[in-house]
Amino acid sequence: MSFDWPTALPLIFAGLMGLAILIYVILDGFDLGIGILFAAAEDAEQDTMIAAIGPFWDANETWLVLAVGLLLVAFPMAHGVILTALYIPVFVLLIGLILRGVAFDFRAKVPTERKHRWNRIFFLGSLIASLAQGYMLGVYVLGLDVGFGGMAFGVLVAFCLAAAYAAMGAAWVIYKTEGDLQKKAVRWLRTALVLTALGMAAVSLATPFASLRIFDKWFVWPAMLYLSPLPILSAILFLWLWRQTFHLPKPDDRHSLTPFLTLAAIFALGFAGLAWSFYPFVVPDRLTIWQAASAPESLAIILAGTVVVLPVIIFYSFYAYRVFGGKATDLTYD
Amino acid sequence: MDPLILSRMQFGANISFHILFPTITIALGWVLLFFKLRYNATGDSAWIRAYFTWVKVFALSFAMGVVTGVTMSFQFGTNWPGYMEKVGNIAGPLLAYEILTAFFLEAAFLGIMLFGFRRVSNRIHTLATVLVAGGTTVSAFWIIALNSWMQTPAGFEIRDGVAHAVDWWAIVFNPSMPYRLTHMLLASGLTVSFLIAGLSALRYLKGDRSESMWKALRTGVFTAAILIPIQIFAGDQHGLNTLEHQPQKIAAMEANWNTGPNVPLVLFALPDEAAKENRFEIAIPDGASLVLRHSTSGVVPGLNDYPGNHPPVFPVFWGFRIMVGTGILMLIVSWSAAFFLKRRHSLPKPLALLMVPMGLSGWLATLAGWYTTEIGRQPWLVTGVLKTADAVGPVAGSHVALTLAIYLILYALLLIAYLGVLVHLALKAAKDGDSSPLPGVMKTAMSQPAAGE
Repeated sequence: MSFDWPTALPLIFAGLMGLAILIYVILDGFDLGIGILFAAAEDAEQDTMIAAIGPFWDANETWLVLAVGLLLVAFPMAHGVILTALYIPVFVLLIGLILRGVAFDFRAKVPTERKHRWNRIFFLGSLIASLAQGYMLGVYVLGLDVGFGGMAFGVLVAFCLAAAYAAMGAAWVIYKTEGDLQKKAVRWLRTALVLTALGMAAVSLATPFASLRIFDKWFVWPAMLYLSPLPILSAILFLWLWRQTFHLPKPDDRHSLTPFLTLAAIFALGFAGLAWSFYPFVVPDRLTIWQAASAPESLAIILAGTVVVLPVIIFYSFYAYRVFGGKATDLTYD
Repeated sequence: MDPLILSRMQFGANISFHILFPTITIALGWVLLFFKLRYNATGDSAWIRAYFTWVKVFALSFAMGVVTGVTMSFQFGTNWPGYMEKVGNIAGPLLAYEILTAFFLEAAFLGIMLFGFRRVSNRIHTLATVLVAGGTTVSAFWIIALNSWMQTPAGFEIRDGVAHAVDWWAIVFNPSMPYRLTHMLLASGLTVSFLIAGLSALRYLKGDRSESMWKALRTGVFTAAILIPIQIFAGDQHGLNTLEHQPQKIAAMEANWNTGPNVPLVLFALPDEAAKENRFEIAIPDGASLVLRHSTSGVVPGLNDYPGNHPPVFPVFWGFRIMVGTGILMLIVSWSAAFFLKRRHSLPKPLALLMVPMGLSGWLATLAGWYTTEIGRQPWLVTGVLKTADAVGPVAGSHVALTLAIYLILYALLLIAYLGVLVHLALKAAKDGDSSPLPGVMKTAMSQPAAGE
């Protein structure tokens, strides 16, 4: 096959969109996870946990805007089909994100006696947003099936994803805090990992039965052989991380970022598996990435901008993380 | 109810709620930079106190803007799939550039601007403020470019029923874009100056005579007094541009039913679309001809030239009048306040009392103006290219109605909470005055401030 832009551009944009979703899931994953863990934290701990994400969450949520933006601009046909089919879950997700986002700010600015209320709203918003994302993923995996089976599968994925986000949140707390809260976060991580594992096992078992298409893509020779590293590596990392939770935190706080990085790697592997399950469809079984794509000249002008701007974005995002590196301390405006 | 009207209500509700907050952050970023630069130049702690008071308002407004903006980016797909299918090749790149050049910039440096004062050098902190303010303005540039293109599309051709870009320069700088952008940026400046003046007036009424209150009050009042005449001029130019490119919108704004010369300027009326006439009309003879054509015999377009192809008259007519009326009130209040501050160095109590509710006058004028221009584009979503009715998605009316109701309740509660926090912050600042604790401001960065410092 010779290289031609009309064929390559949709593929590049599918890759970019996948990258944006993956970065979003990892970065906002820990924000949302910390929101879920709010339910198990004391007042003072909640302040520290917010301080661990306060300077970042805005930029993290922007990756979702980029992902939806890319879906919208690069695959306008798919954008309409997917979002109208997921009308109510998208609505629930948005309500969750609105509540979570405003609670961040309100809890720090309202009179002290109202702070509790906004802490609860922060927890609820994070939980709702996580569940909605998981549900949407489940329904999407099954080709936007909104029958009873699809809904049940969606609920299963929803709980699995919320547990995985909680694990991410706990891993981030381990990295950003010390002392009792850090020890507590290690226990949270262990519990969340068990729940995530149970969820993932259920999802893995259900997927081949729920979707024959995906079953056929995975369980044929020799694809099975090439794909086997994905689940095997994930399982090894998972077990290793679970064992680590019995030895954390280490003296001198060594390897405090390792749990987070390990989880990020597991997310990336899982994401690669999902990508394989869908390729070349952007709406499962209905629209391929080429059928749904915008005109090449429009994609080209976006790509030109992206190539220039994305490295700059990644550079200054790293800078922002570095400025707020180290253990979280009280966040103050002055 | 009809999904079309429900979807329009839902999008209208979301965008109305959303626009309140960018309108504040676009200009407030630059006002904060002004406070910061004054502090850098003078070393006067009152400036940095004003900065810290208003940066909290900025943070809260920014968060409200982000979450409601995310909502809108999804709603293009959930409620208006026909929009991107038809004009995605044009709208897509404009939105993509907004995300790439503005959203990430604002979001990444917002953290440093809000919480980084003690973590980076003073210079980097000032730079972060510049980048955030610049990001909000760049964001306004792209979204106004897209909105203006929907009003006065240019630089494209239709192939296979879908819009394709031909000339990007013509698309971005389409006929109404420079006027709309100027008008909107000035609106943002006025909204913020009246908000600052209003909340400072509240502090003044509470007996606060601190330096930081005076500095904020003067900044708000004088900025407003300077911007309002410029805005009146820019608005007039924008109106003439609309007359040239969207005459049917002007006809609805003036509630002028018949094309012709010597058209009166209608001050008050209840336009009756069924009877095609104005009831209870109070008008200045030849006024509209004079304003729009600068001659009493100037011909003003009437709705009779656009049967079935003009916007609903009542909301456009009244939206315009509310905007202009608010603008005139802004002129009177800001010039009176500027006079008293300049000559008497004090504010009469009744004027201060009036300035507090006028703190929200920018919101009122902005919303009224947007209703005028957006409803004024109907029945088109993209003028001459895509009808609003053809873009709506297949979602059931009951779904849209349910979600609309929940959005409305949520937005009402959030608005109350937001205004409550604004008042709370102002009262707290009034109580602390110039004695609110300040950290020692350092020239060099302090990597890790000790806990509890």
